[in-house]
Amino acid sequence: MHFMKDMADNSHKLNIPTASRVLVIVPAYNEAGTVGRVVAEIKGVFSGLEILVVDDGSVDGTAAEARSAGARVVELPFNLGIGGAVQTGYRYALEYGYDVAVQLDADGQHDPADLPRLVGPVAAGEADLAVGSRFLAPNGYRAPFTRRAGMLLLSLAVSLLTGHRFFDTTSGYRAAGARVIEMFAAHYPADYPEPESLVAVRRRGLKVVEVPVGMRSRQAGFSSITPWRSVYYIVKVLLAVFVSALRGREEAEDEWERRRIPFDCCR
Amino acid sequence: MSGNGAVYLLTVVVSLGLLCLIIDLIRRRQLKEKYALLWLATALVLFVFAVKRSLVEMLAGALGIYYAPSALFLLGFLFMLALNLQYTVMLSRQSERIIRLAQEVGLLRRRLEELAAGPGDVAETHSDPHDACGVTNEV
Repeated sequence: MHFMKDMADNSHKLNIPTASRVLVIVPAYNEAGTVGRVVAEIKGVFSGLEILVVDDGSVDGTAAEARSAGARVVELPFNLGIGGAVQTGYRYALEYGYDVAVQLDADGQHDPADLPRLVGPVAAGEADLAVGSRFLAPNGYRAPFTRRAGMLLLSLAVSLLTGHRFFDTTSGYRAAGARVIEMFAAHYPADYPEPESLVAVRRRGLKVVEVPVGMRSRQAGFSSITPWRSVYYIVKVLLAVFVSALRGREEAEDEWERRRIPFDCCR
Repeated sequence: MSGNGAVYLLTVVVSLGLLCLIIDLIRRRQLKEKYALLWLATALVLFVFAVKRSLVEMLAGALGIYYAPSALFLLGFLFMLALNLQYTVMLSRQSERIIRLAQEVGLLRRRLEELAAGPGDVAETHSDPHDACGVTNEV
């Protein structure tokens, strides 16, 4: 754990190389009440960031809010779920050649002030994926006991399978470098994607670091995880995590990417 | 053995009906060739069994099943199981493709908006994809 503390202490010194292009992916499903503020906050952190709100088939004007706050918006024709929405952002990042892609929730629970800490190690090439961990922060996140127990179980399973100690495997606040962007653009789990995708990244032999981040309570809306669902969540994710470990190192080439004709000039 | 009672007539009629229905579906292109063959074969086997029930007895005997209809149930059950598994695999593949298409539609729409916004706007927000070809960027 000590190396993470070092990272936290040094975070103010981390410079983001000016050549890197950073995209912040904000998946949003019916978050009209908060998305505008979140976009504005991200803009306030540093000016060079480009923000892509992926509107996952919202019916409450989320896209309009995001647009008027100055974000780029991709509107999905219908609700795909968090995995499909986030993957859209990674595909955008790949297509437009971004060096770093950060995912940040639209409900306001991820503090944009932590962005430099997450982007830093990835932009500097020290890590392929930086995960914002809620449990590493000093006066960190207090979840209900049952949820903490579930999260502990998940981190134990993921840590065991990857041979790397993970504290917060369910965090949806993370920064990905070019190799992870490419990987997630090709394959990304549909629901509850975070723990499973961590296993996949580690199995590719890529480097993951956990960075302490603060976690605010959501400003509007409800968590999608109810008690019964969380049981399903744990079982599904554990299964997915184990299956993911069974998969070969090299996954079959993606059918879609193979057939696709890129419109960009450079690839 | 064969040819006694209403049940005999019923099974023959039903299996014949199924055969006709499947042929009609193929004729009207409601059934893809891939599955057409499978269903045609299924209907034919059912029809043959219905007409010549001694075949069922033989089959049961070969499998060591004393009660002949059980052999049919067993085969039918296994067949349905395999078919269901096949459907689930197909369904998964279809839903993966639908997700891909939805993502692609969203991304293409975004690109259309960018193109419609014109080069001035694009330069300001540097959303021109050709920017990605440059080595550095004003960040």
